[in-house]
Amino acid sequence: MTTLQPSRKLEHKRILVGKPGLDGHDIGAKIVALTLRNAGAEVIYTGLRRTPEQIAQVAVDEGVDMVGLSILSGSHNELVAAVIDALRECDAADIKVFVGGTIPSDDQQHLLNLGVSAVFTSDMSLDAVVDTLAEKLT
Amino acid sequence: MSNDNSAKKTGPSASPKNRSGLDVPTVAKASDVNPENIGAPGEYPFTRGIFPDGYRGRLWTIRQYSGFGTAEESNERYKFLLEKGQTGISVALDLPTQIGLDPTHSMARPEIGKVGVSLSNLSEAEILFDGIDLSKISTSFTINGTAAIIYAMYLAVADKQNVPREKLTGTIQNDILKEYVARGTWIFPVRPSMRLISDSILFSNGVSPRFNPISIAGAHVRDAGSTAAEEMAYTLANGLAYVDELCARGGDVEKFAKRLSFFFYVHMDFFEEIAKFRAGRRLWARFMKERYGVQDPKAQQFRFGVVCGGSSLVAQQPYNNVIRVAVETMAAAFGGAQSIFTCALDEAFQLPTDFSAELALRTQQVIAHESGIARSVDPLGGSYLLEQQTDLMEQKIVEIMEEVDSYGGVIKAIEEGWMQARLAQSALQRKLDTDSGETVIVGHNYFKKENEDMKAGDVFTLDPTVAKRATEKFETLLDTRNQVEVDKTLAKLAKAAADDSENVMPYLIDCCHAYVSVGEMVACLKKEWGEFQEPINL
Repeated sequence: MTTLQPSRKLEHKRILVGKPGLDGHDIGAKIVALTLRNAGAEVIYTGLRRTPEQIAQVAVDEGVDMVGLSILSGSHNELVAAVIDALRECDAADIKVFVGGTIPSDDQQHLLNLGVSAVFTSDMSLDAVVDTLAEKLT
Repeated sequence: MSNDNSAKKTGPSASPKNRSGLDVPTVAKASDVNPENIGAPGEYPFTRGIFPDGYRGRLWTIRQYSGFGTAEESNERYKFLLEKGQTGISVALDLPTQIGLDPTHSMARPEIGKVGVSLSNLSEAEILFDGIDLSKISTSFTINGTAAIIYAMYLAVADKQNVPREKLTGTIQNDILKEYVARGTWIFPVRPSMRLISDSILFSNGVSPRFNPISIAGAHVRDAGSTAAEEMAYTLANGLAYVDELCARGGDVEKFAKRLSFFFYVHMDFFEEIAKFRAGRRLWARFMKERYGVQDPKAQQFRFGVVCGGSSLVAQQPYNNVIRVAVETMAAAFGGAQSIFTCALDEAFQLPTDFSAELALRTQQVIAHESGIARSVDPLGGSYLLEQQTDLMEQKIVEIMEEVDSYGGVIKAIEEGWMQARLAQSALQRKLDTDSGETVIVGHNYFKKENEDMKAGDVFTLDPTVAKRATEKFETLLDTRNQVEVDKTLAKLAKAAADDSENVMPYLIDCCHAYVSVGEMVACLKKEWGEFQEPINL
């Protein structure tokens, strides 16, 4: 059994992990939330079925540095764009967004063009997720 | 990643323990086997299967999961699959239908037709089954939160086709407990959900006795990251919770237990999987007989379907997935499955294409008809290793079930988020073991090659007008149906929901016939029963 090695790579960072839309597959979101917390971040998890507006509001209220969106239903293009718009509406365009889920490669580029900082799929290692976020947040 | 030497695997390729935590011996011996646990096929405790003649009497049902877009497109796909020799159809429903939101709801729009077909009301179901004789084929619906409603709709379509309800065969998943833990399509709180499920099971036993009104599923918990032992343990614990609820609502266990069925994943550890099925089947029979005093062997039997593939498939070198699915299908057959669904090689990351869907079907057919596996019942029965592993697996499953019991039972464990947190820990462990290479996945963390991911161009694309068409059709329905009937049937449904001694099924069927939408029925029930409050504890 491989054990999770605690680190301080994300110390003092606040990160919101959100599940926008109707997709109920939350294990990826929870694994990432547990991993980020283990890397020193303060992690807030929204639970299922949040609207983009709700997620943006929580992000602002909690003063997070970054929002992670987990989507496995194929609705990522619409939902991610809506969250970015909602953040902008709240004057919180400085909050960075990352996305995880079943995201085809063409769509990954599309999301990056929308302003997403990073896109993760299930075949990436958890170490790579932490390192990428640490880099994006410096 | 480069194709360097570090990507190659040398040395022992398997840990002395499997992922369920069972010790696997280097050599299994005759003295490891307890003959009393084995018995004969078709006889209690059914370790060797529920039929005395196994697949020689009746092959497993070959059933592929499909459904997307609108009812018209799915209907076409079903007809295509039935022509190819598939013996049952399996309906995937989109998330708005699964959660009970109509296509016009603001949260529904991005999800319409995405992970399954949009089935918002009876008129869509009439299109979905157009030209398909419901008295001849069996239909399986992956539906849970709104399962009772979709079952009511299926009965209403049968009424419209003039097919007697007692001729219907098929399955609705209707297992809400695992939705709270892994799949997330819950609607109502746990307790009223248990009532809704009991109502549908008891009603179905009476009017459509050949239909399986529940498929108690470990599959989703497993695919999310549990071990094989946890998958079986949580599923049996959930199954017993349903049995308790059905008994409390006046059901006769000798009768309803005959129509309980189960549903699992098969992943790659061959003997672990076969042992899981054999141990689960034996344990269920023991629970039925010893805990509930069930006498009829048919009510002690553990019948199950399986999915091969899922999260055991990877995007790198995707053609390897065909081999994985073949190995898993053999494990399912050695485990004595009643129906098998094989994932397409690209299913881990997209909707399958016609090519990949057909290849998945052919994989099963080759094993079923060419390999000879189906000739003899439980062909691995008596194997020193398998029998020893089956016994160890049984002990492990019981241990996990006892942990759930000592927490206060499954309902409490789910309401308080204990089971959800346990699953998250197991899933994290599986991911860590894959990241570190402790679990070998060929092409993914070992034996890698560059540019071997699935190429774009092989991607199935969904018609972007689906959401618009579904919404327009729905708006037309609202304008054309008889609103007086809608209001009348909904009012009766509300009254039945408020009265715990009523069975809501007849009222749901009346609603369907009046073209009340799934969203309207759910909204009506939510008013009476409330909504589940998700415990968020990581």
